Amino acid sequence: MTNMSKLPSKSHYVGPGAAQAVVSRTLSIIVDNEPGVLARVIGLFSGRGYNIDSLTVTETEHEKHLSRITIVTLGTPDVIVQIKHQLERLVPVHRVRDLTAEGVALERELALVKVVGKGDKRIEALRIAEIFRAKVVDTSTEHFVFEITGKPSKLEEFIQIMTELGLVEVSRTGIAAIGRGPASS
Amino acid sequence: MARTMTGAEMVLAALADHGVEHIFGYPGGAVLPIYDELFQQEKVKHILVRQEGGALHAAEGYARSTGKVGVALVTSGPGATNAVTGLTDALMDSIPLVCITGQVPTHLIGNDAFQECDTVGITRPCTKHNWLVKSVDDLARILHEAFYIAKAGRPGPVVIDIPKDVQFATGNYVGPSNIAHKTYKPRVKPEQMGVREAVELMATAKRPIFYTGGGVINSGPKASQLLRELVRLTGFPITSTLMGLGAYPASDKQWLGMLGMHGTYEANMTMHDCDVMVAVGARFDDRITGRLDAFSPGSRKIQIDIDPSSINKNVKVDIPIVGDVAYTLEDMLRIWKSKAPQLDKAAHKAWWKQIDQWRARKSLSYKNSNDVIMPQYAIQRLFELTKDRDSYITTEVGQHQMWAAQFYHFDEPNRWMTSGGLGTMGYGLPAAIGAQLAHPKSLVIDIAGDASILMNIQEASTAVQYDLPVKVFILNNQYMGMVRQWQQLLHGNRLSHSYTESLPDFVKLAEAYGWTGMQCDHPADLDDAIRAMIDTKGPVIFDCRVANLANCFPMIPSGKAHNEMLLGEDVSDEDVGNAISEEGKVLV
Repeated sequence: MTNMSKLPSKSHYVGPGAAQAVVSRTLSIIVDNEPGVLARVIGLFSGRGYNIDSLTVTETEHEKHLSRITIVTLGTPDVIVQIKHQLERLVPVHRVRDLTAEGVALERELALVKVVGKGDKRIEALRIAEIFRAKVVDTSTEHFVFEITGKPSKLEEFIQIMTELGLVEVSRTGIAAIGRGPASS
Repeated sequence: MARTMTGAEMVLAALADHGVEHIFGYPGGAVLPIYDELFQQEKVKHILVRQEGGALHAAEGYARSTGKVGVALVTSGPGATNAVTGLTDALMDSIPLVCITGQVPTHLIGNDAFQECDTVGITRPCTKHNWLVKSVDDLARILHEAFYIAKAGRPGPVVIDIPKDVQFATGNYVGPSNIAHKTYKPRVKPEQMGVREAVELMATAKRPIFYTGGGVINSGPKASQLLRELVRLTGFPITSTLMGLGAYPASDKQWLGMLGMHGTYEANMTMHDCDVMVAVGARFDDRITGRLDAFSPGSRKIQIDIDPSSINKNVKVDIPIVGDVAYTLEDMLRIWKSKAPQLDKAAHKAWWKQIDQWRARKSLSYKNSNDVIMPQYAIQRLFELTKDRDSYITTEVGQHQMWAAQFYHFDEPNRWMTSGGLGTMGYGLPAAIGAQLAHPKSLVIDIAGDASILMNIQEASTAVQYDLPVKVFILNNQYMGMVRQWQQLLHGNRLSHSYTESLPDFVKLAEAYGWTGMQCDHPADLDDAIRAMIDTKGPVIFDCRVANLANCFPMIPSGKAHNEMLLGEDVSDEDVGNAISEEGKVLV
């Protein structure tokens, strides 16, 4: 994904907002599931120099052909507002919600983690997996594939530990998020 | 009532249903079915351009001079890629266009077929929206949506990419009245709270200014009328961007001239020192603001814009108002009248006195000559000799464009068409053709440069084919003048490739196309020559040989603030060479 280390500058001309701190925000974007809609959204991010830390998308309401795109982005508060307005300008976008701004959103991610090893390391990997409530979904005498779900920070921690225990491959879904409470987006 | 017809017929039916009288286009393999339908009807008149880029700019000129949606029709592949510049131009300047592109048949898409390109992919970032029509059943809906989206909210260009088999396929056509868009519903009426707050702030202002832009023009003639009423009622000074010229009459005493990089001293100083700024349909572009952290530091700002993403984008404002300019000004006027606020007359008087002192600097003055035509003088004479006529002005891009903005004065909206945001050389001639087509009896002049005019000179042939008597007034200094000026400012006057060593003989060029060619190189002959140009029936290229090395002043050098302008009269070549700091050099 577009994960630019440089902060998006709004203009070549130094602006007053340049001193703002960078924040991470989770945006939920409800769109018509029509051809090219994802390209429009991510093209807007790359074209205007915004960051994408995580991106997930799938159709969530089949009868209405609505998809939900969840994007975790980094930017100053001014840039985040600008991103929201720019997204709302896209014709197939129904609505954009800044889940982070509306209260702590529920954020979950799934990862498949392949660990290869023998002996103590293998036993230790299985033990750690139990602590993290990761499931073994594939195994041989030399490897495990763990399925782990949870907050991104939990996944990070698990992957960090597994790195020392023979981790060879990781696949992550990216973040799915939803607002807390009875209100719907 | 649904009617059964082919996709190609639907295109023509939709054009007719949306009141389209003229379209600009160029045929090719993938649009032949539509061209065949064009041939068999009389409602829609097709203007054959000489390159697709010309079609898009002509459609822009047509749209900007009429307020209608401009329509272009081009083929797949190179037809579509040639349209990209015009689409981007229209997106930057918020001009409503519908561009119909042919595409290879659906079964060939993705196979690198002859004249295939990913049109929707290429045009996605340079359109407001685009569609690839995969089934004839979707075509009628998409055609109607396209006209709606091009015009609604902040206007812009849209592309409908129609594969050839869809043009041949038969389906049901439904008229536009049955179409309601499910997601795109831009807010046009402002929140009353914001308008009330704005009026209250304006009423307390001691040093106010109206800063207006292309949004006023796009909102329609009523917006210009309301703006005039409000400005006169408040007594505030008013300036405008390049895009907004004509919304407020330049002949009025409250008018300060254009602002920004080549704006007047009084407009920029008033912006810098004001305490209340009312931005109306203007987007705080970098050509307007100059150095952002020194932009109008002491003012509270009100911004009216139909596009929420234009608000707070570059400059933080205190009172944002999302809405159409006409609706908002209507509310503002009503509230202002009902409140009838007591203004601080003494403060306003002092403010105008200060403004008059800035005006007295006469920032547009230049050293005239008896031997060579100064470019500024040429535009002044052109204005004086055409101002009482029903005229429309287009420009190319460069020094001549800025001089036109400074010295040609507009009292009405939709009379001035220039490529503001994208800065597209080659815009003016096709745009003039589009404007002339919409206003056949009017005087349409493309104020051009010797370099820009060559970028779409092929459209001279289009003007002849359709009896369009456009006048091209070239300020010929043999340089890409603005490039040369910047090289002098930034690069030690090393004039790298900004001199055109072998310009054509413009008189012969005109004649080769069937135009009248004229040349003038002496100030004493200029008035008669301009009169002769106006009196010539058909299209004219006027090769006005001007001073080669004139610079366009006043100027805010890049990276500088509104109160750090370079004024023309007392600037030495050395000042020009040192005007821009090291940091400023990286800016555009």
